[in-house]
Amino acid sequence: MPLRNTIAVVAGKAARVGARVRGGGSALPGLVAETVDPGFLARALSEVRGGIVVVTGTNGKTTTTKMLVALLRAHGKRVFTNPTGSNFTRGVISSMLPELGRSGRLDTDMAVLELDEAHALRFAAAVAPTHALLLNVARDQLDRFAEIDHTAALLEQLAGCTTSGVVLNRDDSFVARIAATLRLGVTVRWFGVHAAIADRLPELLEQDVRFGDDFTAPPATADDGLLRPVDDRAFDVVFGDDPVGPVTLRQRGLAAMINATAATTTARLLLGGAFDPATAVTALAAVNPPFGRGETVMIDGQPLELVLVKNPAGFTVALGTYTSTPVATMIAINDNDADGRDVSWLYDVDFSSLRARGVAWTSGVRAWDMALRLEYDDVAVEQVEPDLTRALDAFVAAYHDEPKRLFCTYTAMMALRRTLAARHGLAGFGEEG
Amino acid sequence: MPDTAPASKGTITVVHLYPREMSIYGDLGNTRCVAVRIRRHGYTPNVVQHHPGADWPADVHLVLGGGGQDSGQARVEADLVEIADRLRGLAADGVPMMMICGTYQLFGNAFVTVEGTRLPGLGILDVTTHGNAKRMIGPTVLDTEFGTVVGYENHSGSTTLSPGQKPFGVVRHGYGNNGDDRTGGARTHNVFGHYLHGPVLPANPRFADALIGYAAERATGRPFEPEELDDRTADEARTRQVRRLVG
Ligand SMILES: [Zn+2]
Repeated sequence: MPLRNTIAVVAGKAARVGARVRGGGSALPGLVAETVDPGFLARALSEVRGGIVVVTGTNGKTTTTKMLVALLRAHGKRVFTNPTGSNFTRGVISSMLPELGRSGRLDTDMAVLELDEAHALRFAAAVAPTHALLLNVARDQLDRFAEIDHTAALLEQLAGCTTSGVVLNRDDSFVARIAATLRLGVTVRWFGVHAAIADRLPELLEQDVRFGDDFTAPPATADDGLLRPVDDRAFDVVFGDDPVGPVTLRQRGLAAMINATAATTTARLLLGGAFDPATAVTALAAVNPPFGRGETVMIDGQPLELVLVKNPAGFTVALGTYTSTPVATMIAINDNDADGRDVSWLYDVDFSSLRARGVAWTSGVRAWDMALRLEYDDVAVEQVEPDLTRALDAFVAAYHDEPKRLFCTYTAMMALRRTLAARHGLAGFGEEG
Repeated sequence: MPDTAPASKGTITVVHLYPREMSIYGDLGNTRCVAVRIRRHGYTPNVVQHHPGADWPADVHLVLGGGGQDSGQARVEADLVEIADRLRGLAADGVPMMMICGTYQLFGNAFVTVEGTRLPGLGILDVTTHGNAKRMIGPTVLDTEFGTVVGYENHSGSTTLSPGQKPFGVVRHGYGNNGDDRTGGARTHNVFGHYLHGPVLPANPRFADALIGYAAERATGRPFEPEELDDRTADEARTRQVRRLVG
């Protein structure tokens, strides 16, 4: 093997130990390896024969990636994934280092990587993915990506680099129209919602205002997965006349069901004839909600649900999912880079579903802006406390004997999880994972 | 206790220009804010969403516009030409208007692309915008006649005021029109153009009420009769943001 690669692996591993000793940081070791040898990723993935799959889009990447990995592993595949949610090329390298032998090559059947739109392209510049699953395009951190059209263009470029198969959302016109741009020979599979629930799409979709060339996805074939709910919790993913299901997820809501539909359609493409519906149902039912997507912690016998919100579409879906059972609610909004620095997006969310019960606490750097937003939807706010720890303690104390729910942006969630871990002895809860 | 709501002081018609194409950064929040405050001041809001190709309403008291993507802008240009004379007439007549970002640029004399192509605007504000590669992004604070105003700017065009054009405010934090001359936005008659998303009106109720006041006078022919509204939450949010950004 080339000497540089050995040095990269060793340097990266050393940095990883260093980072551990100082008690932090999943991105640092990746940075070291990438700096030493830019060809590192390509070499590390060169023996992965069963597929290098990139999952990207604005909402649902983490959930969908987890589901897809679970589906593939349930079918006996060895799968590398980037579980730390450190959503960047460097993060991929970090999570890869402990898996590498001295050869510097990953010894698995498949790699399934969750990457945001910009990093997916950077990754594709180093390693052409065999498959891409493109979920959706919505407003997210506009101060970084600037425009939805730009985000859509990034996905299109990624699809253009993909060598074997692309799975597209037939209900999202930003994603669906990418089909018209693909190279000949690249397989296209579609996922979407069954006609039975098409009326619920507007709550999930961004307005596409581009001129003309309105693209309509072709009629679904027996290889395309359609979500068909059975009841509130259970659903089938229908391929032609063959349902996979009924599936009941541990995570609630329409968005999670759509993610499962996307993951199932992709798994079926990757596994071909080896795909087994019964195995898929069992695998999906066992997936725990990832970090911040409706996970629940028990505090003195009462559940506290943590819900990550990061853009209008996501927050709207979360409110629709959770407010059917109103409970004591806290909302924590930060405006650091990872949260999106512009809080304008809060005005594109309709909070009127919180009116009946009100909001107990708003918190975070923009606690007052959140309270102001709620005032304009006539939602009563009991307390405003920008300090996250103080707000959390007061909220938990005031609503000690009942279920609670906490909507929060990314960095607010990180801080709150640490506090929860420290206060309530939840081992490992403060860590990502 | 009165068993009926007090009589409305009058109906105020608010037109939101191109809500689908030109309201990407929470700009709909301005319309929501205005409608709620009109009601809280004892008037009746009549919000009209103006889409490309639709008829222009007969009696307009306040016009709001937001920012969009290039694709959105392209979609509204033909309609804007259609309604241009009416908008110019209303502006000259003192109708309050607030145009943010993309619509601010369209209300100027022209937008000059990086390649040098000159795209004419409505000419209601005596400003010219030059496209440039650098995006001006971040929280912003302006000193205006309505006090200190906070927002969030996100634009790639650099706007210059012609000699004699009044700015909307002076930049205390952020870029403003161009990042160089510390001017923020523009005001002519009661037409305001600027780069403050945020959205600007809920965060700055004094400015919101000034626009509503002009609109109420137009709608009723009487001076604005405001109610005393409780804006402590907005004041707290704004004061904290100002303290964070300019100390
Ligand atoms: Zn803008």
